[in-house]
Amino acid sequence: MTATTVAPDVKRGKRADVSDRSRAENSLGIRLVAPAIFLMLLVTAFPMLRALYLSLFNYSLTAPDERKFIGLSNYVTALTDSLFWRDTANTVLIMVVTVAIELVIGFIFAMVMHRVIFARGVIRTSILIPYGIITVVSGFAWQFAFSNSNGFVNGWLPFIGDDFNWFGQYSSGIIAIMVSEIWKTTPFMSLLLLAGLAQVSEDMLEAAKVDGATWWQRLWKVILPNMRSAIMVAVLFRALDAYRIFDNIFVMTAGAQGTESVSFLTYRQVIEQFQLGIGSALSVLLFLSVLLIAFLIVKIFRVDLAAARQEG
Amino acid sequence: MTSRSTRPRGRPGGRRIAGSVAALALAGSLLSACGGGDDTPTLNWYVNPDGVDTFRTYAEECSTDQYDIAVQLLPASATDQRTQLARRLAAGDSSTDLMNLDPVFVAEFANAGWLQKVADDVASDITDGGDYLEGAADTVTWDDGVYALPLWANTQVLWYRKSLAEAAGLDMSQPVTWDQVIDAADKEGGTVGVQANKYEAYVVWINALMQGAGGDIVSDTEAGRDAKVDLDSQAGKDAAAVIQKLADSNAKQPDFTVSNEGTSLGQMFPASGPGEFMVNWTFVYANYKGLVGKPGGPADEQEFEDLGWARYPQTVAGEESKPPIGGIDIGVGAYSEHPDWAMEAAQCITSTEAQVDLAVNDGLMPSTNSAYEKVAATGDFPEDLLELYRTSVDEGGARPKSPFYSQISSAVQSVWHSPTSVNPDSTPQKSAEFLSQVLAGKRLL
Repeated sequence: MTATTVAPDVKRGKRADVSDRSRAENSLGIRLVAPAIFLMLLVTAFPMLRALYLSLFNYSLTAPDERKFIGLSNYVTALTDSLFWRDTANTVLIMVVTVAIELVIGFIFAMVMHRVIFARGVIRTSILIPYGIITVVSGFAWQFAFSNSNGFVNGWLPFIGDDFNWFGQYSSGIIAIMVSEIWKTTPFMSLLLLAGLAQVSEDMLEAAKVDGATWWQRLWKVILPNMRSAIMVAVLFRALDAYRIFDNIFVMTAGAQGTESVSFLTYRQVIEQFQLGIGSALSVLLFLSVLLIAFLIVKIFRVDLAAARQEG
Repeated sequence: MTSRSTRPRGRPGGRRIAGSVAALALAGSLLSACGGGDDTPTLNWYVNPDGVDTFRTYAEECSTDQYDIAVQLLPASATDQRTQLARRLAAGDSSTDLMNLDPVFVAEFANAGWLQKVADDVASDITDGGDYLEGAADTVTWDDGVYALPLWANTQVLWYRKSLAEAAGLDMSQPVTWDQVIDAADKEGGTVGVQANKYEAYVVWINALMQGAGGDIVSDTEAGRDAKVDLDSQAGKDAAAVIQKLADSNAKQPDFTVSNEGTSLGQMFPASGPGEFMVNWTFVYANYKGLVGKPGGPADEQEFEDLGWARYPQTVAGEESKPPIGGIDIGVGAYSEHPDWAMEAAQCITSTEAQVDLAVNDGLMPSTNSAYEKVAATGDFPEDLLELYRTSVDEGGARPKSPFYSQISSAVQSVWHSPTSVNPDSTPQKSAEFLSQVLAGKRLL
């Protein structure tokens, strides 16, 4: 993250000694990472600036001669189009629902991985397996699972007919997409939360126990407050990831029945329609949305990333 | 984030393993760089997965001492084929020498500068109206130039059960209209098979209906974004009226709104009921011929004899129908390192013999009169059917040729689907407005 330049705490004398050394280390660090930063700028900043530039044109790949500078018109078109807002609403819905469910399940998994005393390796590995599977593959697997001709989901769910078409309407289609997404990424969430759990001091828990706190009280008063920075990082990472959801939608519905996300809309403009101008404008908007979400989450949790690092 | 300075050092063994992995990877890449000692240049021919075996045969036959032709397979869906080729060509890929193009890609690719222009002498052979069927030759022209060579040409005809038409009192020796076909099927408890899912073939249907009424979805397409949108016209209303009539009729099939080329095949020889009228591509004949006595096909030879074919129905009584045109054209990549050889290879691949083989082996019908004559001589197809195909391609109507075709198609689909909501009073007007805005870059698709 960007929190590498923490101002040394001059109030505490002991720290001040270290900060001299750490300043030297920092400057050496900067010199060491400089080549990497230069490379990163080359491969990330260039495409970003290029997208920014292209978004100011009405430009189709199939009609290069008709390329025309139109200022911010593409942004006006996107922001005034109902399709953009429908897809944004979809994306936000997917992000909120999947991250919320993943947080709960992921926390349970993290507790299991943290506390388990037998077959530790096997249990931890099996929880992490879905995360090791390529999203496209898991998308196909879930698409087959939900299929009404050869899937098992309809057979397993008692209140659903055997010929129910999950991808035939919006509500069930988006549920299928979210199930696949949750299955795939909950392990990532639980990994990040496991790191947080490991930070909670056993002494504090024991002290609470001695004071007569119930399990529930220990969870809410000791464990969760001490994990705040880890939860924040987990939610932030997953929310940013979820907002860019593409693979599952591409594989499972291809955006049919209005299940499209902003990424998918962008993909269709650029890759299928060859509209580089409006497509670039959409990807810039997507980038800004992601920044906004990161900002909001950092604000909501009021967690200082630098502090989280120091406390660690 | 949670890293601390007290973090234990990685085991030294780990570094050693990482080192040997890197060494292995390096050795692997060096080895692979040494592969292929043959100096003969290879021309890559990207093909869609229809008739691939025949393509492979001709890739070998058309290879010379100077170059080899290698067949590369494209994905099955037309959208994916277009995307993959476009990505290569947009990046100036010099290894894309020959490619199979759906007719609607030709204008898009040619306008983008991704296709070699065909030399004048070859081009005039195609466009002079001699050997090449007019509908097929029309698919390869763009902006006064020829940018591809027609390989095979597809078209749609009206397939039907003779017994059904007879019972309904429909004289199939004369041109029939959509109204007549829908009424006849409705009267006898039969159905009418079309392609009305939200995909390209639905646009094929709408385009054929409009052209049959003397109109076009768009005209003056060479103006690019400023093309004239003609949806809001009498032809547009006539087309919408046909769709509405079928949607409101008992003759529509249960999966009407998601129907495609395959869904209505089973309705021709159903377990019970009189069968159907169906507009569909040329593969239908071979399909039923191979299914005699099998599920989904005619019960026996006698029932197969009941399969009839006629020219695509008229939208407006008395006005000639414009059967849809499909097929595959061969284009030469603009960035090919060997454009002359590729062009020579393209001519070899589209030779009369190749076209005849594609028709006989794979049921993909030719684009030239001479190939049709040879196919007729083989006796594999009924002569009247071949003649129907030939005239359908010759007098058929292509979809709009425009660098913005994919936008035009998507815009039409998004307003005209679902077919049950099509209304002649509002749909053509609404879709015209939408398409104009899309072309102007004022709406998202």
